[in-house]
Amino acid sequence: MKIRGRSIALHAMLVVAAFLAAAPLLWMVSASLMRSGEATTSPPPLLPHHVTFEHYRALFTTLSLGRYVLNSVVISLGGTLLAVLIIGMAGYSFAKLRFRGREPVFRGLLAGMVVPAQVAMLPMFILLREMGLINTLFGAMIPVLAPIYGIFLVRQFAQSIPDALLDAARLDGASELRIFRSIVLPTLAPVLATVGVFSFLSAWNDFMWPLIVLSDDAHYTLPVALANLAGEHVQDVELMMGGAAVTVLPVFLAFLFLQRYYIQGIMAGSVKG
Amino acid sequence: MMTEEERAESRAGWGFVTPALVLIGIFFVIPVLAAFVLSFTDFDIYSIGDFGSTRFVGLKNYHDLFTTPLFWTSLKNTLYFVVLGGPLSVAVSLGAAILVNARMVRFKPFFRSAFFAPWVTTLVAVALVWRYIYHPQYGLINSALSHVGIGPIDWLGDPHWAMPAIVVLSIWKNFGYNMLVFLAGLQSIPAELYEAAALDGAGGWQRFRQITVPMLGPTFVFVGVVTMIASFQIFSEPYIMTQGGPLKSTTTLVLFMYEQGFRWWRLGYSAAIAVILFLLTLMGTAVQFRLQRRSDP
Repeated sequence: MKIRGRSIALHAMLVVAAFLAAAPLLWMVSASLMRSGEATTSPPPLLPHHVTFEHYRALFTTLSLGRYVLNSVVISLGGTLLAVLIIGMAGYSFAKLRFRGREPVFRGLLAGMVVPAQVAMLPMFILLREMGLINTLFGAMIPVLAPIYGIFLVRQFAQSIPDALLDAARLDGASELRIFRSIVLPTLAPVLATVGVFSFLSAWNDFMWPLIVLSDDAHYTLPVALANLAGEHVQDVELMMGGAAVTVLPVFLAFLFLQRYYIQGIMAGSVKG
Repeated sequence: MMTEEERAESRAGWGFVTPALVLIGIFFVIPVLAAFVLSFTDFDIYSIGDFGSTRFVGLKNYHDLFTTPLFWTSLKNTLYFVVLGGPLSVAVSLGAAILVNARMVRFKPFFRSAFFAPWVTTLVAVALVWRYIYHPQYGLINSALSHVGIGPIDWLGDPHWAMPAIVVLSIWKNFGYNMLVFLAGLQSIPAELYEAAALDGAGGWQRFRQITVPMLGPTFVFVGVVTMIASFQIFSEPYIMTQGGPLKSTTTLVLFMYEQGFRWWRLGYSAAIAVILFLLTLMGTAVQFRLQRRSDP
């Protein structure tokens, strides 16, 4: 009986905690479906009196949120595809190919992980300006293209590829590129999926760098556009909650369907590292 | 001497890491080094049009910085966030991990995902959501508190409450990540250790102190360092929720750097702030490793 009581208490705590974790997101969706002004009445309503989609309509028509969605999609998907390829090659090479200088270069990369990204931002802005990459989608995607943690994660995973497999392919006369394409890439698929979801997430959610590099309204990503809208529409709670929901929804759906890649990636990267 | 095969492998090895190294070199290593150089110059809006107008000014930017009260305020605010938010966030993560990991818990994957979900959300969006949740008049928090007789608090408008309010948002947003790291650590502790301790009559708290905490040692270092580095970089939360106010009580180092660099185009001065951010991060990391080494038997 004592164990049963403890089990109920434990589950009650978990349910309350899970509700608290979800509450801000539930309220965001709820408020986005309320009529204008409804969320700012006292006491604040938890659910809409009449469900309306007018704010979503306004966001995609008068406020042309569609363009920002498109910018975010291009930057996030483009950045992710490039990152997966670049990181996959580098991680595999650091794990399996013997070349002079491999260890010092890799140690140098690891040391770079303690440097905050913001330290590089001022000179990077000047550099990109000289290269004509300010206000371009490519400029905004640069920070996600070669994240060091991704190289580290792939390297760790690639170490389990048996050398005998690679050597056999070499004896058969396969080129290194061919080996990478037909043996390494399929083997690395799970870890590349993990790296891919993290790249997508960081590109989609990033704020400071796009804010710096995209000054032209037409190139804004969703977070930058949303921050900008919030300045003009600070009183329109329901409208802003609609904008927040549109911004969060894609990463949230991606998480629901691909959560094992997130969870594996975090749990693997931390324990072995 | 290398054989032909070894040479081919070496070429391929370099070839495969080149795209990553070129990108990291151009867009990370060079800019980081350039930030140090920049911090000794008077690079400003005129220099952007004409690099030739830039001059080396030695330590002037640092001197100016150390004599600017707002720099010390932003440093204090950042340290407040790091020192208050960091340990609290680690504690919440560990608590959640222990709850989810308890043997009798059912639907573990559900709770694990529910706690992790805020981490995947977009900070700008949820910071906006929390800005309304903290609203003094219509916010859910004050509405809930009014039921227990606590008067309305102007969370984001009161200099004493604004930073703690941001800390709470930030814990909510981030604790799921460290919870997963702790879960991985907890699952790697052999169950026999707990069984043996239980046979010896050790209570729950004793088992936590004597087994869980020491066995999680390396995990604590990892979580501590990652959380601290991220905390030093806090920018978007105050940018969205308070714009650094009220009375500059939430102006952080990176927000200060952003405003000096990209609003007033004082890039040299701003680079000095970046260098200080870098040194602080480095010092914090070293301290964490030192503490860990001392606590190891």
